Amino acid sequence: MTAILSREMKAYFVTPLGYVFVGVSFIFSGAFFFLFTLTSPTPTMGVVDFSTMFTLMFFVLMVTVPLLTMRLLSDERRTKTDQLVLTAPVGLFSLVFAKFAAAFIIFVLSTAIMLVYGLVLSRFTDALNWWTLFGHIFGLIMVGAVYISAGLLVSSLTENQMVAAVISVFVNIGFLLTTLIASHIPSAFVAEIVANLSLLGRYERFTVGIFELENVLFFISIAVVFLFLTVRVLEKRRWS
Amino acid sequence: MIEVSNLVKSYGNNKAVNNISFTAEKGEILGFLGLNGAGKSTTMNILTGYISCNGGSAKLNGIDILENPIAAKKSIGYLPEQPPLYPDMTVDEYLKFVYALKKTKIPRNSHLNEICELVKIADVRHRLIRNLSKGYKQRVGLAQALVGNPPILILDEPTVGLDPKQIIEIRSLVKKLGKNHTVILSSHILPEVQAVCDKIVIINSGKIVANGTAGSLSANLNTDSNKLVMRIEGKSNEIEKLLAGVGDVTKVFVGAEVEDKVCEYHIETKPDSDVRREIFGRLSSRNYPILMMKSNELTLEEIFLRLTTGDNFPGNPEEQGGKS
Repeated sequence: MTAILSREMKAYFVTPLGYVFVGVSFIFSGAFFFLFTLTSPTPTMGVVDFSTMFTLMFFVLMVTVPLLTMRLLSDERRTKTDQLVLTAPVGLFSLVFAKFAAAFIIFVLSTAIMLVYGLVLSRFTDALNWWTLFGHIFGLIMVGAVYISAGLLVSSLTENQMVAAVISVFVNIGFLLTTLIASHIPSAFVAEIVANLSLLGRYERFTVGIFELENVLFFISIAVVFLFLTVRVLEKRRWS
Repeated sequence: MIEVSNLVKSYGNNKAVNNISFTAEKGEILGFLGLNGAGKSTTMNILTGYISCNGGSAKLNGIDILENPIAAKKSIGYLPEQPPLYPDMTVDEYLKFVYALKKTKIPRNSHLNEICELVKIADVRHRLIRNLSKGYKQRVGLAQALVGNPPILILDEPTVGLDPKQIIEIRSLVKKLGKNHTVILSSHILPEVQAVCDKIVIINSGKIVANGTAGSLSANLNTDSNKLVMRIEGKSNEIEKLLAGVGDVTKVFVGAEVEDKVCEYHIETKPDSDVRREIFGRLSSRNYPILMMKSNELTLEEIFLRLTTGDNFPGNPEEQGGKS
């Protein structure tokens, strides 16, 4: 498992993908930081407000995270290197988890860069609450975990990385539309389930500075479900 | 070492592998021979645990690949039809990755050095795989299979796309490896299997059609050793009579006129009789020049074609449309 993990992490920086992902994330978060936190400070109760910046990052991730996941499994299949990995003494879950972990670590590192904004601010103001910033970043990481696992599942379904990327973006948009879809479902029970799948609603709790364990568990369980489905897809392919 | 019994794999209604059974002992090289699409790669993919099967079992080193895949995979080195290489890695990085992937316990550097010497890739270890020639890629693929020193090697068409010199090198390497590994090698090239393997399994549309050593296969299947094919110049009806008059000849068939006044004759004789000298004597006394005479003994190539395609081979017109 560690072998696959470290190979994947290196692969991000052998191809331009890793640089592009980190760079694009940094450009957007930097721009949002400048526009919505630095130059239009709207301190709520005397605290620096990051909420607009982090709400917007949620949307940016919908498009950038598929960059990280698109080739993880699709490319293995296209180049037939899956024959090496799947015939090595490694379990399917280890394989899927290693792939997930590689993308997740890169994602966490690129998100952690945002701590720099806190450092910059702390030089000039006392109105910075580090815990709020940590909460924001943690929320973003949770969303990232879901997007990565969803992207990994999509990547296991196709041989073409561009197709994987595009479908992943649509899946992420689908999560955004759950509230809208739910309002059109006649059955109240089903509507509630669908509405509760909304990532944005739960993520916004982080952006208003509220840390709730149920939301953390929600993101983790959704990610685990996607990883499980990915394992099933690989398993199913052996049998068809 | 390898025990395959009644293996079945179907895709929909199409049985890609249909009830295949064979065994290979330690130190044996087993050749898996068949045309493209016969089910060779499917069988190998089942043996290595890449795909599952619908029935039967495969035991490697005493461990069932379906029941205990991870343990069974530890004893296999697999070179698939297309070597599973990551083009963005150097050969060295790649082998180190495979080493870690297989959780190898042997000391790393000496083990990898040894393998690189064996398959002769030591000089390209620091080059990107993307930039290697086909022959080198194939050898890196073979090196990958050897990492961890697995007792069983499964090689799917290891010489495809190589130049003749490389083919000879790989063949002799496989032969060398066969001394202390069990090797299964697939091929659609018969002389290759003949040159390298101790045991041959011929497979056609998912079924085993022959199984044995090279010698036993040609002995068992060669039923045509009492046939002669000749080309003789002269009047065909007279020659036919002349040939039929020879004591041990049981049947004469006049084939097509191949050149001006030259016909092809197919002669059947009683088993274990040699009529060539007598035929020569008779024809020369009547001044009919013999332009060609050969016994219609099957080469292994012809046996193979006959078993796998049911096609007729040159010089056997009586079997037109016949399927064996």
